[in-house]
Amino acid sequence: MAEAPRMIEIQVLRYRPEQESEPVWQSYQVPFTEDMSVLQGLQYIKDEIDGSVSFRWSCRMAICGSCGMMINRKPSLSCQTFLRDLFPGPVKVEALDHLPIERDLMVSVEPFVKKLESIKPYLIPKEERTLAQGEYLQSPAQLAAFEQYSSCINCMLCYAACPQFGLNPDFTGPGVLALLHRYNADSRDGGKAERMEILNAEEGVWSCTAVGYCSEVCPKGVDPANAVNQNKINSAVDYFARFFPKKGGLI
Amino acid sequence: MKKRSNAPFFWLLFGAGGVLSALLGSALVLITGLATPLGLGLHSDFMSYPRMLAFSQNFIGKGFVFVVIALFAWHAAHRIFHSLHDVGIPHGTPSKIMCYGSALVMTLVAAFSLLRIGFY
Amino acid sequence: MKSQIDVKTVRRPYVRPMAGWWKGNAFFVRYMVREATAVAVWIYALVLTVGVLRLGQGEAAWNGWLDAMKSPLSLSLHLVLLVSMVVHTYSWFEIMPKTMAPMVINGERLSAERIQRTGWSVAAVAFVVTLLLAVWSQA
Repeated sequence: MAEAPRMIEIQVLRYRPEQESEPVWQSYQVPFTEDMSVLQGLQYIKDEIDGSVSFRWSCRMAICGSCGMMINRKPSLSCQTFLRDLFPGPVKVEALDHLPIERDLMVSVEPFVKKLESIKPYLIPKEERTLAQGEYLQSPAQLAAFEQYSSCINCMLCYAACPQFGLNPDFTGPGVLALLHRYNADSRDGGKAERMEILNAEEGVWSCTAVGYCSEVCPKGVDPANAVNQNKINSAVDYFARFFPKKGGLI
Repeated sequence: MKKRSNAPFFWLLFGAGGVLSALLGSALVLITGLATPLGLGLHSDFMSYPRMLAFSQNFIGKGFVFVVIALFAWHAAHRIFHSLHDVGIPHGTPSKIMCYGSALVMTLVAAFSLLRIGFY
Repeated sequence: MKSQIDVKTVRRPYVRPMAGWWKGNAFFVRYMVREATAVAVWIYALVLTVGVLRLGQGEAAWNGWLDAMKSPLSLSLHLVLLVSMVVHTYSWFEIMPKTMAPMVINGERLSAERIQRTGWSVAAVAFVVTLLLAVWSQA
């Protein structure tokens, strides 16, 4: 005989621009099993209770970066957060902090994407290379220098975590700066000089105050706080290196 | 072309002052603010005029006092400037003048006083 | 067949306010406490500045400053400053790993814990050495 499933209350911050001027909380009672994620809870709501609830999701396995949202005030991937851990609830679910809400749990992604595109997120060769030269060779140490920073899934949890981004949306932000660093740290890349302008700007590394919450919430261990803050040294060196002659000079 | 920030200059002062205050701040506060006035472990004349004058007239002692005051002040100014922004006071001219201005004043007063004291 | 339809968007992105962003989040509260230690550093720099000013004004002025440092107000202030300085020292080296580029020593990545413990140890030694120097300088 099957046991009655446990119930948990999931509160969702709703926002339908065509019908309300401000977000409003709505509560749902959801039966759940031990293996259910918050995402599955939302899917239950959408399938069985209220089809109007809107949220992004895709892979269900913490690799696509679509399902980021605030769960009990913490930026989380809903597919990787489990209802059993939040029982007895209520579970409060809102759109990612610091980003404009488009609808329900969906935020505006455009500014983030534009920033990603602006940092030249591709290998810029140090010199012209012919096909005959073959592939780049990289040692394990050279791979280790950038590998962690390449793990970003663009989920934007770090932007929801970062109060400096919340206070100033012009801040390039943790995820984009981590990606920038990923390319600078790659031994195959020669584009550091071209990316310095972004680092050196006030909206670059200098908006960061090392809160560190971005790295705390990152589901992939990218450690954007480290990527940003180690580049303060690079940016400072670049700032003062201007005053020294380059031709056969000290630097 | 994005405008280059001048933050590195102030950030280096912030960093140097942060390290110095992290290493020496507690001991200095304890010595000057608690142990000497209360005579705990130190004689009541530990910071007497003749002793402190001699310390500050000494080239190294003078340098030490100046560096401590200046770096502590610039470290604090930079951090407070950013903290004000965190609580809703924007990075404007008034904020800059209050924070970095106070550090500049402390630096100048310390320099003036230490030079006035003279050397051996 | 071409048709021109003007679709009016219903999009009205909602921007949430930032006021009180750090309250209620333990991580952010810790961050604010860390940053607030700068106020103690500022106050102490001011105390020393006044001290050095008084030193330059002569013995009478200096003794006045020394007397002020004995007041209950000054003593309680410096107790608070002391606690704040200790919090500053702890939090400074706590965040230090994030400010450094990854270092590999003997094939192993230098861990954050190693960096923190080294910093805290150096700070503890500096504290003791400074106190000892003060005590010995009285000999």
